[in-house]
Amino acid sequence: CGDREVRRCSTDSLLFGQTFDGMLGFLKNPVVVTAEINVNLVALTVMGLISRLWGLSYPRAVVFDEVYYGQFVSLYMKRIFFVDDSGPPFGHMLLALGGYLGGFDGNFLWNRIGAEYSMNVPVWSLRLLPALAGALCIPLAYQILVELQFSHCAALGGALLILLENSLITQSRFMLLESILIFFILLAVLSYLKFYNLQRHRVKYMGLFTYMLLLAIAGLHFWHMLGNQNLSNVSLLCHFLARGLALIIIPVAMYLSFFYVHLTLLYRSGPHDQIMTSAFQASLEGGLARITQGQPLEVAYGSQITLRNVLGKPMQCWLHSHTNTYPIRYENGRGSSHQQQVTCYPFKDVNNWWIVKDPGMQQLVVSNPPRPVRHGHIVQLVHGITTRYLNTHDVAAPLSPHSQEVSCYIDYNVSMPAQNLWRVEIVNRETDTDVWKTILSEVRFVHVNTSAVLKLSGASLPEWGYRQLEVVGEKLSKGYHQSMVWNVEEHRYGKSQEQKEREVELHSPTQMDISKNLSFMAKFTELQWKILTLKNEDTEHKYSSSALDWITMDTNIAYWLHPTSGAQIHLLGNVLTWASANVAAVIYVCLSLWYLVRRRRKIYDIPEDAWQLWVSAGEICVGGWAVNYLPFFLMEKTLFLYHYLPALTFQILLIPIVLQHLSDYLCRSLLSKTMFRALIVAWFSSVYLVYCTFSPVTYGEPSLSVAELKDLRWKDSWNILIRKQ
Amino acid sequence: LPPAVPGWRVGGPRGTGTWNELSHVDCLRCSRLCFVFIFSSWDETHFGKMGSYYINRTFFFDVHPPLGKMLIGLAGYLSGYDGTFPFQKPGDRYEQHNYMGMRGFCAFLGSCLVPFAYLTVLELSKSLPAALLTACILIFDTGCITLSQYILLDPILMFFLMGAVLSMVKCNACADRPFSASWWFWLSLTGVNLAGAMGVKFVGLFVVLLVGLNTIYDLWDLLGNLSLSLVMFGKHLLARVLCLILLPLALYTAVFAVHFTVLNKSGPGDGFFSSAFQSQLIGNNLHNVSIPEHLAYGSVITMKNLRMAGGYLHSHWHLYPEGVGARQQQVTAYLHKDLNNLWIIKKPDSDADPSSPVEFVRHGDIIRLEHKETSRNLHSHQHEAPLTRKHFQVTGYGINGTGDSNDFWRIEVVGRKPGKLIKVLRSQVRLTHVATGCILGSSGKTLPKWGWEQVEVTCTPYLKDTPNSLWNFEDHINPKLPNISLDVLKPSFAEILLESHMVMIRGNSGLKPKDNEVTSKPWHWPINYQGLRFSGVNETDYRVYLLGNPVVWWLNLFTIGLYLLTAISTAVALKRGVQLSSELKELSRVVLRGGGQIALGWLLHYLPFFMMGRVLYFHHYFPAMLFSSMLTGITWDTLLKFFAGFLSPSTAARRVYGGGILALVLLIMYSFYLFHPLSYGMIGPMASDPSSPMAGLRWMDSWEF
Repeated sequence: CGDREVRRCSTDSLLFGQTFDGMLGFLKNPVVVTAEINVNLVALTVMGLISRLWGLSYPRAVVFDEVYYGQFVSLYMKRIFFVDDSGPPFGHMLLALGGYLGGFDGNFLWNRIGAEYSMNVPVWSLRLLPALAGALCIPLAYQILVELQFSHCAALGGALLILLENSLITQSRFMLLESILIFFILLAVLSYLKFYNLQRHRVKYMGLFTYMLLLAIAGLHFWHMLGNQNLSNVSLLCHFLARGLALIIIPVAMYLSFFYVHLTLLYRSGPHDQIMTSAFQASLEGGLARITQGQPLEVAYGSQITLRNVLGKPMQCWLHSHTNTYPIRYENGRGSSHQQQVTCYPFKDVNNWWIVKDPGMQQLVVSNPPRPVRHGHIVQLVHGITTRYLNTHDVAAPLSPHSQEVSCYIDYNVSMPAQNLWRVEIVNRETDTDVWKTILSEVRFVHVNTSAVLKLSGASLPEWGYRQLEVVGEKLSKGYHQSMVWNVEEHRYGKSQEQKEREVELHSPTQMDISKNLSFMAKFTELQWKILTLKNEDTEHKYSSSALDWITMDTNIAYWLHPTSGAQIHLLGNVLTWASANVAAVIYVCLSLWYLVRRRRKIYDIPEDAWQLWVSAGEICVGGWAVNYLPFFLMEKTLFLYHYLPALTFQILLIPIVLQHLSDYLCRSLLSKTMFRALIVAWFSSVYLVYCTFSPVTYGEPSLSVAELKDLRWKDSWNILIRKQ
Repeated sequence: LPPAVPGWRVGGPRGTGTWNELSHVDCLRCSRLCFVFIFSSWDETHFGKMGSYYINRTFFFDVHPPLGKMLIGLAGYLSGYDGTFPFQKPGDRYEQHNYMGMRGFCAFLGSCLVPFAYLTVLELSKSLPAALLTACILIFDTGCITLSQYILLDPILMFFLMGAVLSMVKCNACADRPFSASWWFWLSLTGVNLAGAMGVKFVGLFVVLLVGLNTIYDLWDLLGNLSLSLVMFGKHLLARVLCLILLPLALYTAVFAVHFTVLNKSGPGDGFFSSAFQSQLIGNNLHNVSIPEHLAYGSVITMKNLRMAGGYLHSHWHLYPEGVGARQQQVTAYLHKDLNNLWIIKKPDSDADPSSPVEFVRHGDIIRLEHKETSRNLHSHQHEAPLTRKHFQVTGYGINGTGDSNDFWRIEVVGRKPGKLIKVLRSQVRLTHVATGCILGSSGKTLPKWGWEQVEVTCTPYLKDTPNSLWNFEDHINPKLPNISLDVLKPSFAEILLESHMVMIRGNSGLKPKDNEVTSKPWHWPINYQGLRFSGVNETDYRVYLLGNPVVWWLNLFTIGLYLLTAISTAVALKRGVQLSSELKELSRVVLRGGGQIALGWLLHYLPFFMMGRVLYFHHYFPAMLFSSMLTGITWDTLLKFFAGFLSPSTAARRVYGGGILALVLLIMYSFYLFHPLSYGMIGPMASDPSSPMAGLRWMDSWEF
């Protein structure tokens, strides 16, 4: 076996190829393990690790968004459920893994940027995974460029540009998600390029756009394959199915598995419970489950219930009433019925209890056997404490004059009869005879006389209504909306004194554990929907910026400031790299258009294979830049400079591509080639110089004097913190 | 493979019989109006009022470009409407007012959609039955009928939109004889229609996009044609630039020129515009204004922000809510004229002695601005502004003019030397906060409910001279000074045009849905999920409900899926090099080229709505619905031809094909018979009541008729 080629790895990869020459072979010949090591790659990786890991636990204080992600790590450590709208839980889980490996117990109050970490926080291991991901981006970039068939020299240049990019360094060195996101995006691109079994991971939803790009590219490749008449239909179908499996089924399965792990890990109730539905809350340990466990499932005539509005916006609340009445006249002069107020109240309260009553009978207790309420039944709702009936009538509601006022009826003898009959409509029923179930059923209450629907208007009442939320009867638009849907949360069968002995019997028959009934898919759909629709209230942040500012880096983010000295960390890019990347993108687009138009006229400036390379490189790099950047213009959330970093990575990869193309095809004479190379060397040294200049605010060391800080403020819009002496 | 059905290609005189039929139905649509329907309904109050404004020549502000309302006004004027009906709320009676002209005009344009769609499909598919099917769908769609019966912008918009599509298709058909008279005619007509569509609503932009993409495709084709010299290509390019860019732009601008010429009287929309613009309007307080020219201490003034659609510096008794900076009095920018916009210029230290002589304010002076109504000083401090967190908060502070050193501002005029006087209206002024060095500006962001949705005012620490941080003095009251008649710098037409566009765009983005408001979602539309109540709520009212004919709409929806399948399988078959007969080749061309254009039109008129933040309504889907209907005609015709082709004797094939088309047409007509009360009006119990004649027709719970 000695002189036989064992296995050829791709020349540049860090893979160790090894083979055993059969069971018999090794008896005759010694086992040979050949390895090819690309020194470039090793060197890049080492440099990357040094640049990202050096002094990782400095500063030993909360830096910028660590204050945000840290909370989630703590919650993971304590197994408490949370919802974060910034993305699927995979990134959070990776951060938590760092904490887990470092033995973090989750006990730290993440309340302030700049707060000193206590001794129990394993800063180094918490920051390790993002830093490793950031460091590995450098060899990945190298590999991508090589896979795109560009020279090792260009690939080395591209990787070095990533290495010397201050913003990427800053972002990798803390407990933040961007570097992990970039790592997986690059890995996915590389995997596709290598045509391996492609795996897509998702850290934040921005990863989705790269995924779409890859799908589109794969679709395009398949389309070209379709035109190949040599392939049989069957083999094409196989190709198609294989791609479908690799590009769709596996990512979807992985995506689901992240949520599965997330939901399995977090089984305790926590701060974000209230945005979930009652059923979801009941499935968590502690919290609502403690209350609802063992309560009867089917709502019957005589049941005592609390009704929660399903919408959960602006906050979760329960149908409520109290002895106060609507003021006779509102501030704007309109009149009211002066009957008892009905509101939606965001806290648990004894006044949230209502009794379901059969209009035909007087009793307020559950008969034996209980008569369950079904879809379409007509009921009266009696307020438990005041025993007044839920009522609505043709009087304008206090804040929403197009809707009807909802009140608890008081008979003033003013020829305003009680209109207190409501039809129960179960929205998520399976058949028309479904029984109204605790927690699980979503019901609408349709007023029998006026066909108005009981609705939470979302407005909060003035002082006279104690700022509680307004409840109205909606007459105009009765299409499905969650604000009109209610579900029973707490429930018990009503019983008078003499029925006390039957209490145990009443509870036993319909007991059930709702958490067992909620499948993973149901939980997943709900959580996914909440993540997508959750809107954060904070409209603007001190360091937020608009997407347009990013191209020219007109903005920065101050991450951390030393409490006494002037040492500080900023998210600031390498200005020269950013500018060059922009120039490269413009050159690429202009040249491509030029070639395209010329080719249309059958004039071929560059050889066909060079053109193919040029196009495929553009698909990845310009496409990657566009899909990671342009969607931000359509987003309404608060944007920060770091959102641009994935797009920037692709843009930086474009620089060596354009440079190599220019030197290969546009510098024709030897002299111009030499000059071009000299220019590149000069430019590269300036990139390094800029990197060095800004490294004090990248690493937070050494501390700079006021004059030095002022010198660093290259743009007026940058916010460099200067301490007043 | 079997041959396609022979004998259905249209040649020679194109369906003259059909024209008669179509015009007959159009008459039907128009004559409906004369059926006494005397109430104003829904948005009529809006656009009818604007038509009245044109007749009265009163200036107003609307978020849409003016062409549609101008045409409504013109129609009203020509038909003898005098512009006096107040259009206050839906359901008001028109009484003796002559509104038929305006309604008739809209209905006429709405009727034109049918022949336009007919001709477009005929041109694309070269098949009379396909065109007839499309026409039939549009004639018998209750939604299209309802929408074109009232004084609304939509029929006008759709008229121009379909006109543009038709002329584009016709122009493509003339591609074999470029630069002929008919080629020029259709090309320039496309341009005219594009200008029309853009001039009615900004939604017209989507059809501009469609025509633009088509033109690029066209040019790319020509570029690849090596027998065409570059000079010829240049001519092609120039012709398109001329007809599709320059001509529409000129017309669009002309529309605005007419708009500003006609509306020369002051009206409800003044405050949205700059002081210079307002001075043009007869009746505005700035028209031929006579006020003291130079600013003096003790003067009562209003300050207007110089950014486009910037408001007046405003304050009121309400405080900033807890958690938003310091709990002091709000200072905002407000677009309307109001007493709370008045401020008094004072010296920093003391109130001026009323008997002392007039002292003028000079460039570089330190002043204090006192709010006239509340006697609080304009104040800023190092708290974050409510929305723009990088800026400082601006508040009203102090009692009866006594505050602290944070109330002092340095007043500077752009491009002026220290010591010069400050002129009303003409001077562009910057107010610098003395203590922190920041500049007073308006960020242009709308405050939430607590700020009455007025515009945020901040103090920006970034010292840039943008219009955001520049102000001018508009009103100026000082009894001690002589009034002088001022000729304000007249703004150029380009400035007016730009300004009005900024105001419109800002107005459009300001139409946000409120919390918990049930709004129409784009995914509702193609499934005809929920209609719009046009008039009448109660059982005794005469009710009109905008809802598409469900059979038509669900057919359309189904056909979109069918088309996708057809197009994909055709494209794959072609790519795999399957040999097709000449008939099938023709069919595949119709599916891919003709159907593709229409499908693209549907996508362009539908998908963008998913990304819009503003309030959306059901009727926004109707332009897309037109494309969808044309696609239905083309797809079914092609599919029926294809499947009929499998039957060998040509009579059987014809029978299957003809029967299929006829069945569809009859189905649509019958469904129209069922649903026609939706658009022609219903009275009596609601459909949810079993005794109603419409009882069985409430197929979806969300329909409310």
